[in-house]
Amino acid sequence: MATQTKPILHGYFRSSCSWRVRIAFALKGIEFDQVPVNLIKDGGQQYSEQYKTLNPMQQVPAVEIDGVTLSQSLAVIQYIDETRPGLRLLPADPQKRAQVRMISDIIASGIQPLQNLYVIQKIGTEKVQWAQHFINRGFQALEPILKQTAGKYCVGDEVSMADICLVPQVYNAERFKVDMDQFPTIKRLNQTLLEIEAFNTTHPSCQPDTPADLQK
Amino acid sequence: SASSAPILHGYFRSSCSWRVRIAFALKGIEFDQVPVNLIKDGGQQYSEQYKTLNPMQQVPAVEIDGVTLSQSLAVIQYIDETRPGLRLLPADPQKRAQVRMISDIIASGIQPLQNLYVIQKIGTEKVQWAQHFINRGFQALEPILKQTAGKYCVGDEVSMADICLVPQVYNAERFKVDMDQFPTIKRLNQTLLEIEAFNTTHPSCQPDTPADLQK
Repeated sequence: MATQTKPILHGYFRSSCSWRVRIAFALKGIEFDQVPVNLIKDGGQQYSEQYKTLNPMQQVPAVEIDGVTLSQSLAVIQYIDETRPGLRLLPADPQKRAQVRMISDIIASGIQPLQNLYVIQKIGTEKVQWAQHFINRGFQALEPILKQTAGKYCVGDEVSMADICLVPQVYNAERFKVDMDQFPTIKRLNQTLLEIEAFNTTHPSCQPDTPADLQK
Repeated sequence: SASSAPILHGYFRSSCSWRVRIAFALKGIEFDQVPVNLIKDGGQQYSEQYKTLNPMQQVPAVEIDGVTLSQSLAVIQYIDETRPGLRLLPADPQKRAQVRMISDIIASGIQPLQNLYVIQKIGTEKVQWAQHFINRGFQALEPILKQTAGKYCVGDEVSMADICLVPQVYNAERFKVDMDQFPTIKRLNQTLLEIEAFNTTHPSCQPDTPADLQK
């Protein structure tokens, strides 16, 4: 399928869901433009009327691609995988594919939504304990699962959507000072994955909208 | 092919379990149910035995083809990709992305914020909390569905998006969300509940439905 213009990612440097999409584009070798949506400035730019037309959930990311606008990072990632050639983001084998989706959903439904900016703003003063609680809970489940499924990467020896979800979630865990030594498999996988170009060139520390004091 | 029927570990009123029941029914797959009562015994999902099936200690978990899977959308897509018959996701990649987007708005953006575990943690303000997140998600879904829906959530074929929508509306009604705010969602839900796969799997008529909640 030929496209005239590059995809546009509306996202935020430190949004783990936006980072997932950046990694997917990078793994597939797809060039894309970024339009930053600052979740803090101006009361949160995701709440503008303009952004609401792109994504009625008023969250990042939203992606303009092939004449449509999509939201929900895993829907975007699987769309990219199904329409672009190159490295597969989900395995060919249906059972491995189900394991990739299971791991991705533990993160994307079971952890991240409980510790995203909107929810922790609503929780208020207890937000750090709340976020740590849900990240610990999710990682305590993921650790034995990954011990079963992982080879070099989350599922066997091929990078997949599960790895794409894992690394940004570990970044979030570290921001909330979760003790990653509790989760040796997750820790090992994260370290391996961060050596891959698609994971480190898309890191929050080096995006177009990364503030100067957070750049590395 | 499997020699034995798949086994669904679930709860009659769990919306995520209901999604999987609908998927099996739409594909014409017979399955066994092992009830996991989320309230009794401090919550049977917290037993050591259940933890080996699903370390997240949530329902559903499904034993199928020699493996155990959790996360309802992973299970549903596995069933779709390995069993013939009615497609649960469209063939067209863009429509497929819309189905996943709608499913994820529900399965990541609404349901996890109002499930039993979270509302138990929230405590006395739980109803307002649940209503808040359901309202927020449905306020986003309503304009999206206005764009994507034909007879069903995406066009005129039943899909995983419909499978997610109906149980979420059931949850909304339990929390007394005013569904008149969301005419498209309300209309879709009514249409879908007339389909056998959606009504035979309803929480009111499951093996573990308490007598006082049966219809």
